Amino acid sequence: MQELTKAIRKEARRLLESGEVDVVIGFTEGTLPLRAAPVFIRKAIDVDRLIWGPFCENNLARYLRGVRDEKVAIVAKGCDTRSVIALIIEHQVEREKVYIIGVPCQGMIDRRIVARRVPGEVLVAHQDGDEIVVEGNGFAMRLPRSEVLYRSCAACAHPNPVLYDVLLAEPVAVWAEDPYAHVREIEQKSAEERAAYFASEAERCIRCYACRQACPMCYCDECFVDHTTPRWIESGVTPAGQQAWQIGRAYHLTGRCVNCGACERACPTEIDLVYLNGKSSKDVWELYGFEAGIDVDKPPPLAVFLPDEEPNMA
Amino acid sequence: MSEWQPKIIIFLCQWSLKSDTEWTQRFDLPDGVRMIEVSCSGRINPLLLVSTLQHGADGILVVGCEPGHCHYKEGNYLGRRKFATLTSFLEYAGLEEKRVQFAWMGETDRGKLQTMVESLLSDVRRLGPIQELATRQVVMSTAQP
Repeated sequence: MQELTKAIRKEARRLLESGEVDVVIGFTEGTLPLRAAPVFIRKAIDVDRLIWGPFCENNLARYLRGVRDEKVAIVAKGCDTRSVIALIIEHQVEREKVYIIGVPCQGMIDRRIVARRVPGEVLVAHQDGDEIVVEGNGFAMRLPRSEVLYRSCAACAHPNPVLYDVLLAEPVAVWAEDPYAHVREIEQKSAEERAAYFASEAERCIRCYACRQACPMCYCDECFVDHTTPRWIESGVTPAGQQAWQIGRAYHLTGRCVNCGACERACPTEIDLVYLNGKSSKDVWELYGFEAGIDVDKPPPLAVFLPDEEPNMA
Repeated sequence: MSEWQPKIIIFLCQWSLKSDTEWTQRFDLPDGVRMIEVSCSGRINPLLLVSTLQHGADGILVVGCEPGHCHYKEGNYLGRRKFATLTSFLEYAGLEEKRVQFAWMGETDRGKLQTMVESLLSDVRRLGPIQELATRQVVMSTAQP
């Protein structure tokens, strides 16, 4: 981790000093333990603020559209690079203007799982080998990384950057066996159980739209849920409104979602959003052989077709 | 309270029954069934279908031209992918996907529309009024204009 932090700073300094880029998007220390915060570095003198660690959970591709007019470098994990590719496919970002600093990722730590495992408030946290060391008033614990990973990270199929201009470390081995295991588990339940699970998840939604704001692919200037003339869907915090929002949001990401899990991490009520997005990703993979954010030259699955494909629907 | 009458919305591609325009106009829809003509089945935003359910429809039938017979060459092929992923998603969420049905209809498929509507009506009657997504009480006159 220390080596990666140094490598990121060195690369950022080179890019900013040479004028190759105007801004570097990366991570800096968060204000709380177990947190890292996204940061925009514009001057070489500031590069020492950049860090890398097990808490760099945000999908930084979210910020690319905001600096479209500048030359930008982005510190990118596997999922971030996939989102960059998805944005390039949708013509939201120009490849020439983005310099991708690829960082192989070992999975990010779910601060909520950590908080539930320890007896008090975490005051200090860092990584030591395969363990996360957390300390607070009167306790110090070592938690195995594999037990406190985000669910999306534990199921990650592409921890290594897919597209990059520089790769700062050797690629890591992929640990997930089946990225859609969670989806398959739900699919095998009966319709009543699926409906009950969906209802129980959706009813916690407070319509804050943090999932939308965290998502790199949710970039519509006006979200369908904000349309009022005519109103697309119910915007109130009612069961019908909550369910319609979750359907609309997750379905709108069909063939675009890279399963980074940023939505679920942003959700204040911890709704199982990965299970919804995973379904649409699994469908386009199984029906149309498409995996979002892998190939810059492959068009989105809902924009193309084959004349004689299944399902024919009728 | 009077007996429940299912509300069905048909989204019909304006070209799919083109040669039978008069026949369409004469077509006697069952009570509670309304037909909305659209430019092309491929132009139906899947969200519109969710929205229709929210606004009180108990069932939806989308009718497009047969594969290979789209007036715009490829609209129905694109629609097919959208509808396939949408129905799969609704089923996954545990919402009865049978409420939303699709039919490809050629110019020679005389009578197919009635069969589809009857089949959808019987499915919807079995499922009962939509409860999960409906947000508004929509009063729809059962009398045909």
